[in-house]
Amino acid sequence: MNNFFHAFRRHKGGIIGLVVLALVAVMALCAGWLFPDSPWDIVNAPYLPPLSDDALLGTDTLGRDIATGIAYGARVTLVLAIVSTAVSILVGITVGAVSGFYGGKVDQVIVGFIELFQTIPGFFLAVVLVAILTPTIGTVILAIALVSWPPLARLVRAEFMSMKHREFVQAAMLSGQSSTRIILTQILSNSLSPVIVSGPLMVASAILLESALSFLGLGDPNAMTWGYIIGASRSVLRDAWWMSVFPGVAILVTVLALNLVGEALNDALNPKLARKRTS
Amino acid sequence: MSTLLEIRDLVVSVVQDGRDTPVVKGVSYAVHANEILCVVGESGSGKSVTAHALMGLLPEGELRVGSGSIRYRDRELVGLSRKDWYGLRGKSFGMVFQEPMTALNPVMRVGRQVDEVLERHTDLSAGARRSRVLALFRDVMLPDPEQLIDAYPFQLSGGQRQRVVIAMALAMEPDILIADEPTTALDVTTQAQILALIKDIQARMGIGVIFITHDFGVVAEIADRIVVMRHGAVVEQGPAADILNRPQAAYTRQLIAAVPHKPEGKAAALPAPSLMTVDKLGKTFHSSSGRQVDALKDISLTIRQGETLGLVGESGSGKSTLGRTLVGLIRPDRGSVKIGGQELVGLTPAQWREYRRQIQMVFQDPYASLNPRHRIVDAVAQGPIAFGEKRAKALADARELLELVGLGGDAGDRYPHQFSGGQRQRVGIARALALRPRLLVADEAVSALDVSIQAQVLDLLKTVSGQFDLSILFITHDLRVATQICDRIAVMRQGELVEVGRATDVFYRPRHEYTRRLIESIPGKQWSKPDFAQHDPVEGAAVHAT
Repeated sequence: MNNFFHAFRRHKGGIIGLVVLALVAVMALCAGWLFPDSPWDIVNAPYLPPLSDDALLGTDTLGRDIATGIAYGARVTLVLAIVSTAVSILVGITVGAVSGFYGGKVDQVIVGFIELFQTIPGFFLAVVLVAILTPTIGTVILAIALVSWPPLARLVRAEFMSMKHREFVQAAMLSGQSSTRIILTQILSNSLSPVIVSGPLMVASAILLESALSFLGLGDPNAMTWGYIIGASRSVLRDAWWMSVFPGVAILVTVLALNLVGEALNDALNPKLARKRTS
Repeated sequence: MSTLLEIRDLVVSVVQDGRDTPVVKGVSYAVHANEILCVVGESGSGKSVTAHALMGLLPEGELRVGSGSIRYRDRELVGLSRKDWYGLRGKSFGMVFQEPMTALNPVMRVGRQVDEVLERHTDLSAGARRSRVLALFRDVMLPDPEQLIDAYPFQLSGGQRQRVVIAMALAMEPDILIADEPTTALDVTTQAQILALIKDIQARMGIGVIFITHDFGVVAEIADRIVVMRHGAVVEQGPAADILNRPQAAYTRQLIAAVPHKPEGKAAALPAPSLMTVDKLGKTFHSSSGRQVDALKDISLTIRQGETLGLVGESGSGKSTLGRTLVGLIRPDRGSVKIGGQELVGLTPAQWREYRRQIQMVFQDPYASLNPRHRIVDAVAQGPIAFGEKRAKALADARELLELVGLGGDAGDRYPHQFSGGQRQRVGIARALALRPRLLVADEAVSALDVSIQAQVLDLLKTVSGQFDLSILFITHDLRVATQICDRIAVMRQGELVEVGRATDVFYRPRHEYTRRLIESIPGKQWSKPDFAQHDPVEGAAVHAT
């Protein structure tokens, strides 16, 4: 474990990413305290450029404060992304573990099912789902989770398939441990590294997916998200750049930070690979 | 005799975080023309690192030559530029690696791979190169070179692949051939052929051969001179006859003593009632390309109570399949396996569970057979806990068992990576014993260990078999080891049982032609190992005389 932290600390990008993520999280948590007004309130004149009176990042077409929107949007965006990632990790690990461990017919059926999902373009599926199910935070989470679990399930499946033939797993089978116990205590703990590495990247792609949905107007209409702010101001992009640029920068910075953290995790968990790359 | 290569006070260090830790500490030896120099040592002795250093093949940024010199025909090799090395490798040095499969490019025809060496170093025409490759293939005694030249590595047997690798190393007629454990991955009969080939080529070409090995039998077979290494330093070196028969260093004696050479075997045991009967057991594997392999062909066998039965065979003989079928990891296609009269074939997994604890297994690879994230006391206790033992009691029992296999104190609280290979294998044995089995299947349980550690683990197996009234099915490729610790031996070939009998009978009076061939192939037969038990107490005898 100490080794892990040591390796992670050596990765400058990862530290920067963590700091940025921490700042975004603080902004989300303190949104109510920093900006007492609701992000939906019309607090100022519309079309105020950045650095005007009382509007740090300007106002949108209705006179809502952009900075307030970004701060409150961070809340919704982060929660949505993290919850949907958690759901898809849970589903992905379960499906992948069962498929990889039991193999045979079970595996064939599950792989067929996974392939079914993978042949449909993910974003398209999410759009259709949200459109059918009426957009709420719940359905958006469901849609994102539904399109992001299959790659993870494949990853876990491959990991389990190779682990299953390791001698310590066979020894556990011989000592009479139940399959569930072997999956949970013997294999899972040894195959978590790739899942941990893909975690931040999945959160990042969930943010992008959610923003894209909101941009198309398919997000929860009662939730202020970054994608929604961009979507709402896309018609005035040329007249009022600040309305879409600042939330866009928020998305960019957060996703970049998550990718940096993912990269650092990867290097820290696969120290051999990392050393090769730096030398 | 002219000296080809001289290593003097060579120091090779591991470079990590700016600090240098030496792994080869001042090694000196010389290689002459027209001789085979054997470098012997256990894993971690620095024998391979030294060889890589003199080929200029040390991984950059990980290992580097700290000091000392390597002189090849009055030319200093330490600090040579990368370009100069290219000229030397192949032309002056040829190298043969341990694993012939990974040393060859799997998607390139073998003839082309040898041809590539010639193409790079000479300006022969394509036709001339082809006839040179054919000549090389004939030199290494590959059958039907015209056909083989267009074969892919996977179409060749392990021995044929190693011949191709040797042909490649010899392509430029080097002065020195460096062979790093070239026969370790091969079966004993193939090993005998390759050893004969290397000896023959060395004599014909008059080159110097550096032969790296851990096996004193192999050394006795081919060495002219011997260098014994340990912990990165030379322990002893000299002519083969001196080191083999009159070793000076205690470590060399210890190594030689550990070689199961002329096994004495056990005394004949009284016929015991049978524990497991295997009748007409069969298993056929189907590959995805539709090929069928009969791994087990109507195997019938009895394992008696309290006996150690050796199962000997080369790779692909089906011995591991048999072991895994008996413990229930593989389902047989036909036949029956009975333990204490109860039929096991055809039981559902739930019904199997009852018998699980009666048949346990010790695995081959001590590094892969323990979960790296579990403390070893937990690893040992898991079985009994799964069978309903209370956790506290199971852990206490596990500690007792670990104590029994020589891992007492706080060893139980440590993790597998903190142990050596031999210690891990002890943990594997303790884990198997924790369920109080009646039959222990040990699948190549000592093959991955160094010779001196092998002896310790074998002793341990002998002790526990007596203490627990345990039957052991000891699967190995090494007839000598089997003869040493087994009551009876069964010899397998291509899924068939060719001979079963008392261990010493099988070894000294083999009936089947295949068993005879196996015994013939054991390296170093003509060497009669010195018996230190008689030589050592010389001082004591002197005292008596006075």
